[in-house]
Amino acid sequence: MAETTTAPAKVAVSMTVNGKQYTAEVEPRMLLVHFLRETLGLTGTHVGCDTSSCGACVVHMNGESVKSCTVLAVQADGAEITTIEGLGQDGQLHPVQEGFWEMHGLQCGYCTPGMIMTGAALLKRNPNPTEEEIRHALEGNLCRCTGYQNIVRAIQYAADKMRG
Amino acid sequence: MFPSAFEYHRPSSVQEAVQLLANNPEAKVLAGGHSLLPAMKLRLAAPAALVDIGRIPGLRGIQVSGDGSVVIGALTTYLDLLDSGELRQGYPIIAETANVVGDPHVRARGTLGGSLAHCDPAADFTAVMLALNASVKAVGTGGERIIPVDDLFVGLLTTSLNPDEIITEIHLPAVGGRKLGMAYEKHAHPASGYAVVGVAAVIEIDGNTAKSVRIGVTGAPEYAKRATAAENALTGQQLTADAIAQAANVATEGLGELNGDVYASPEYRAHLVRVMTRRALTRAAGLS
Repeated sequence: MAETTTAPAKVAVSMTVNGKQYTAEVEPRMLLVHFLRETLGLTGTHVGCDTSSCGACVVHMNGESVKSCTVLAVQADGAEITTIEGLGQDGQLHPVQEGFWEMHGLQCGYCTPGMIMTGAALLKRNPNPTEEEIRHALEGNLCRCTGYQNIVRAIQYAADKMRG
Repeated sequence: MFPSAFEYHRPSSVQEAVQLLANNPEAKVLAGGHSLLPAMKLRLAAPAALVDIGRIPGLRGIQVSGDGSVVIGALTTYLDLLDSGELRQGYPIIAETANVVGDPHVRARGTLGGSLAHCDPAADFTAVMLALNASVKAVGTGGERIIPVDDLFVGLLTTSLNPDEIITEIHLPAVGGRKLGMAYEKHAHPASGYAVVGVAAVIEIDGNTAKSVRIGVTGAPEYAKRATAAENALTGQQLTADAIAQAANVATEGLGELNGDVYASPEYRAHLVRVMTRRALTRAAGLS
């Protein structure tokens, strides 16, 4: 007789995403990125490499940038999450988003949500980064189009703008 | 890419966590998850259960005592280590190393206790904790004990922790009146960022003499080990470029068979061990 297995019990999670409270029952193995994309329909966060390398899935969790493909939804229970959809406020682009627009910081756009979330997290920690510090902060984000030059410029643009 | 299904446990105390481990021999401990979850997604690991210790109170934080001894909670992240001004005073090598682990997102989630318990052959902090003569507090169903890091790493991805034991704290010795020079030199893989070879050196400096020397090597040996031949060669010597070069020349002695893969042969890694040892000792001695 074939061995039967029962699926592990689902777990209730609730978290605040872009200022809105959500509660759902999830399989323990569900990754945060899938919770955001599939359960909540927030598809701005991308899945790139799926091996914790590329950073396309970066979101902010309790104020820090994290790879949402390497966090279980159950680990984010109770957390405050910000995704690319929640970065701009009141219909205005965030300065990093504006920087990507102004400095042509993207070509295909696939890595862009993760790049922008990473840039925004950097500027919160370090409002006046050197070019080297920007490049160091981007080590966990891969772009296959731009060669990074304009991504660095976009973040510099945002830093200038945010300093006023 | 999903991991295999698993039972999820979220204990609220260390006692509850170790009891769960004792009752579930197939269970794995989940801390920051930045080694375990990638392995599970690739199905290199498929534990039947996870014991998520991430919310147990009291396991995250850094305490520096008046004598310079340090207690670091196992769940302290690399970012916490990087941000601790207090830790930077006596043990600057920790922030230096935290800054080259993974990337900012990994540093926000990965934990020091997790790194030591995982014992990855290319981890950074394994070598640094060896050089710092650190020890860990391990708690199991049978009680708690202190394990010197010298006795913690015993094989590839293998520690001397019992299956029901969890690292709860990392202890660094008192600095006291000693003058310690320290440095971590890493040759990172350009794509993964992991250490192809990393060498941590800590020298107790007395005048111009190396009173004691500890060197931890990662990336090259099967698991992080001390380069005792190089330590012995430099101990008691005047800290000169020549003495450091002679010590670095014997840095691979006693490390056993070295790792080789498509990126770096054992011979190349041996070369890197000598070069990184020389650089780390030079900087630790204040000669650079």
